[in-house]
Amino acid sequence: MNRHLISAADLSLADAVAILDTAEEFSRLAERPIPKLPTLRGRTVVNLFYEDSTRTRISFEAAAKRLSADVINFSAKGSSVAKGESLKDTALTLQAMGADAVVIRHSASGAPHRLTRWVRGSVVNAGDGTHEHPTQALLDAFTMRRRLGRLEGLRVTIVGDVLHSRVARSNVWLLRTLGAEVTLVAPPTLLPVAVGTWPCSVSYDFSSVLPSSDVVMMLRVQHERMSDAYFPSVREYSRRYGLDGDRMALLPEHAIVMHPGPMNRGVEIAAEVADSPRSTIVEQVTNGVSVRMAVLYLLLGGSQDPGEQPVTSDSATGPAAAGQQASRDPVTGQRDLAGSAVRR
Amino acid sequence: MAVSTNSAGAASPARPASPRASQSASPAPSVPPGTADSDAARGGKTVLGSDEIRRALTRIGHEILERTDGGKDVVLLGIPTRGVPLARRLAVRLADTEGVRVPVGSLDITLYRDDLRLRPARALGRTDVPGSGIDGMIVVLVDDVLFSGRTVRAALDALNDIGRPRAVQLAVLVDRGHRELPIRPDYVGKNLPTAKRELVRVSLTETDGEDAVTLQVAPEVGQ
Repeated sequence: MNRHLISAADLSLADAVAILDTAEEFSRLAERPIPKLPTLRGRTVVNLFYEDSTRTRISFEAAAKRLSADVINFSAKGSSVAKGESLKDTALTLQAMGADAVVIRHSASGAPHRLTRWVRGSVVNAGDGTHEHPTQALLDAFTMRRRLGRLEGLRVTIVGDVLHSRVARSNVWLLRTLGAEVTLVAPPTLLPVAVGTWPCSVSYDFSSVLPSSDVVMMLRVQHERMSDAYFPSVREYSRRYGLDGDRMALLPEHAIVMHPGPMNRGVEIAAEVADSPRSTIVEQVTNGVSVRMAVLYLLLGGSQDPGEQPVTSDSATGPAAAGQQASRDPVTGQRDLAGSAVRR
Repeated sequence: MAVSTNSAGAASPARPASPRASQSASPAPSVPPGTADSDAARGGKTVLGSDEIRRALTRIGHEILERTDGGKDVVLLGIPTRGVPLARRLAVRLADTEGVRVPVGSLDITLYRDDLRLRPARALGRTDVPGSGIDGMIVVLVDDVLFSGRTVRAALDALNDIGRPRAVQLAVLVDRGHRELPIRPDYVGKNLPTAKRELVRVSLTETDGEDAVTLQVAPEVGQ
């Protein structure tokens, strides 16, 4: 695992599977009478949100609190940002307070990457501009794996405003790593120019790809990022690229419908689809907490500085510990590499 | 071959006491491992074979039945990785001996370890508590090796978050001494005096393809 989680494209197959497997264990813990773990006691997680968010911020907050971390919530409104403080100065303030992890959402693509230079702790990208939203992709993959039992070979269709969607971008990269086949469906105006270089196929005819889809992921039409006219009218968009009951009937019986939220009911997804048993929209929110617990645990749960590897013979707790030591060594090597990559 | 369980915690095996240990670990713990390497076989010395492991588990099974009024209200919880197959085997022993079917589960303690920050984050094991729960039950924790006692401490913390058992007991296949906490086992397969530098490796058919307990000298640290 790298020290930061900036992009789903940075995750190796082993990293991604480790996160999903860890999330699986955390989701089982949620059923306990006391769903709280002492694992991150004494660690501080700062939620640095420059953009509005309900579910992502709450989800990260719940995840950190279930792991007993201290959580500091920071939203741009009502802070010194309103007085014109720069991201760098805010970051240095957080650094001075000793944040072990910074979860950042920012309207500028690349802001989390910049932040990695200014803070010593781990940086987790919770959505940056139109770039990436890796934990959303991870929870989507987790939901698919839970519902359909596998990811390898799954045919996933992502429909809608791909141009502005960090969710689509992260999903394309992560699902490729995990062995699924992704098809993007969108009006040509809502596809990025370089979509031909992405590891996925593109279609403009929604209905024709439905019968061969295991998963349909509907994207929100992001009115707040649309300064131009990308389609003639909402009604036309809805008719050509919206998922209604008739279109849902074209799906194979086992297929599921996903949406990262918040939904525009009646635009990209009809109410009857959103509320059908095929829809995993509520499940995705529940799974989000487990996945974010897994990310925080894997980033913060161990030693943070690769240099502080301890002498192990005295602290080993038996043969199991010794066996683990041997098998973890390559991971330690990987961490070193990741650290130097970040410093570069 | 009754092993006194209460003496296990008091054993002070800093010096090799038994002939078996002295064969493989003639150097005292303070001697640099370079000399030990040339002495000890690379693969380590087998101290328990599959027959001995089988007999030890059978005896522990009988002792559990004796001490818990025929296995009444007993829940066996194995600590991953190798405690889990051991717990399953013990459950089979209890069923074979007295026909009692006790619930078996697993209890992963990774998230409760006190040395998490000393190494990169570890993968989690499976925690699987039987549907009957543990409230009011006698939980027997099962692990392969008892060493510092820190794993058991973590397991006690983990149990605390799951429920409130009537009693908690500890069964281990090997007690190798060197306790760092006031913890003692209730059932011991084999008391194995060791030097601190040595490694006790338990292999089980379910996880490693064969049943064996081997003793080897730890490699030089810091790799």
